[in-house]
Amino acid sequence: MRVAWKEKAIKLILLATASTSILIVAGIFVFLGREAGPFAIEPGLKELLGKRWIPVSFQKESFGILPLVAGSLLVTALATLITLPFGIGTSVYISELARPTEREILKPFIEILAGIPSVVIGFFGLIVLVPLVKACFRLSTGLTALAGAILLALMAIPTVISISEDAIRSVPVSYKQASLALGASKMQTIWRVTVPAALPGITAAVMLGMGRVIGETMAVMMVTGNAAIITASPFDSVRTMTATIAAEMGEVAFGSNHYRALFCVGIVLLLATFGLNIVAQKVLKKHRVR
Amino acid sequence: MSATFKKLAKEKLVLPFVIAVTLTVISGCTKRGDQTEGEKRYITVKGSDTMVHLVSSWAEAFMQRNPGIEVSVTGGGSGTGIAALINGTTDICAASRSIKEKELTLANRKDIHPHEIVVARDGIAVVVNPDNPIGELTIEQLGKIFTGACPRWSDVGGPDEEILVLSRESSSGTYVFFQEMVLKKQDYLQDAKLLPATSAIIQSASTDKWAIGYAGLGYALAATDKVKIIAVKADDKSAAVIPSDQTVKSGQYPIARPLYIYLDGEPDGTIKKFIDFCLSSEGQSIVTETGYITIKQ
Repeated sequence: MRVAWKEKAIKLILLATASTSILIVAGIFVFLGREAGPFAIEPGLKELLGKRWIPVSFQKESFGILPLVAGSLLVTALATLITLPFGIGTSVYISELARPTEREILKPFIEILAGIPSVVIGFFGLIVLVPLVKACFRLSTGLTALAGAILLALMAIPTVISISEDAIRSVPVSYKQASLALGASKMQTIWRVTVPAALPGITAAVMLGMGRVIGETMAVMMVTGNAAIITASPFDSVRTMTATIAAEMGEVAFGSNHYRALFCVGIVLLLATFGLNIVAQKVLKKHRVR
Repeated sequence: MSATFKKLAKEKLVLPFVIAVTLTVISGCTKRGDQTEGEKRYITVKGSDTMVHLVSSWAEAFMQRNPGIEVSVTGGGSGTGIAALINGTTDICAASRSIKEKELTLANRKDIHPHEIVVARDGIAVVVNPDNPIGELTIEQLGKIFTGACPRWSDVGGPDEEILVLSRESSSGTYVFFQEMVLKKQDYLQDAKLLPATSAIIQSASTDKWAIGYAGLGYALAATDKVKIIAVKADDKSAAVIPSDQTVKSGQYPIARPLYIYLDGEPDGTIKKFIDFCLSSEGQSIVTETGYITIKQ
């Protein structure tokens, strides 16, 4: 009787700790909403749809977040494009082709890459990558969306590798055996059987990688030039949502329109990462059930 | 040390190279406990990135003369510093611009009464790549370049190349001052690259041949091996003036500004001691050493 009561108490405590994260996420949404809310009344949400982001001005302040959203989208899309071949190639190699010793060497290095602080990557980007991008493409400056995308890809690749490697490994051996028994070569088996079977997992991996990319701040802020313009060219400078919040939150006067606008940017950002994560989790779950 | 670092990391604006110049001395945190009013043993200074070098040099000399007192200095931008003063998270705010009307009302609402002291002067140098043939510009031309009215170097008498405009982030006091003095309160062009630190501007101007940017005089003078400082003319008729100690003090160089320290109310106790030190002849000689200009003639 007493033991059962104790067990119940422990269970409750564990439940409480487990639900903290839910509470925190909900709390963040509520807090962001509360700080951003007054912007909807004055000067109105329409202001956010403008094409100019000029938060500090003697003339007229504008809080159009379109350039920021466009900047984040461009950098994220480019980073994903760069991540795909490296992420998938490496995970296929590690899970299917590498000898055990090679795997022993590759895996720790990939994990180290994942652990490098983003300021360090950003500093590396500013000193090494930016001049390199400028020289390679004969640009007037290397502070471009492309430089940011390359750095972000560096950060996303480890995530993508470890999750897609998992996915590829969990493809049943019987699939491969059947393919090989039918006379398919090793390469044919990998590209036509194993990888397609692991595709949902790989998709989820890429989406989680994108989630990391879109939320990354420091490295992008240091190398993208931060000009708030709407562009689709990787050789232009862009200002991402994260960099805007990081650069401007420090000086903003509490309760001003600028302050509220930054929270609106935060909400958009949160919704984007939230959406990506939910879709990725759904895809992963489907894959596991199969 | 690690607690201070965390605080810096939280600011996000403060980049590693700023951290490198940021002096933070904490020799014994335990002493913080026994501080009493007027007998503060630990004071914090926060604010302008332009002034970090100057204030930390003051702090260093001050701590040498007054063992047992700790002065911790961090950057982040004038706006950040003023916000910190208003929120009561710093004792002293270093600012490279005067406090705005908006900030003053906000401070008064929180029962904080900013007290302004001019501690030094600073010129803002306009810098370009050393390979750029342009050596002098008028304020009007600079304004046109930074607002985007003159997009090419040929518009101001240079070669037919596009101008790459570099600016600080909008949280910087230098950004607002330059906007007021040179852009005549117009907006920067949308295409301007907003860089998070002065060192990033120097770095970019030294590698990008057609770039133009601005930096505090102390910073620019220390980087003359990487960038060229432009001589500025107040208008068409006046002579071009290279920013220097003499030209800023004499008022010939047109882009100059006072550097401020803000406190909550009149200084007293240790804070007064520190301010007095900054204004003393020893403090002012540090101003000269670090590349700024003294307030005394």
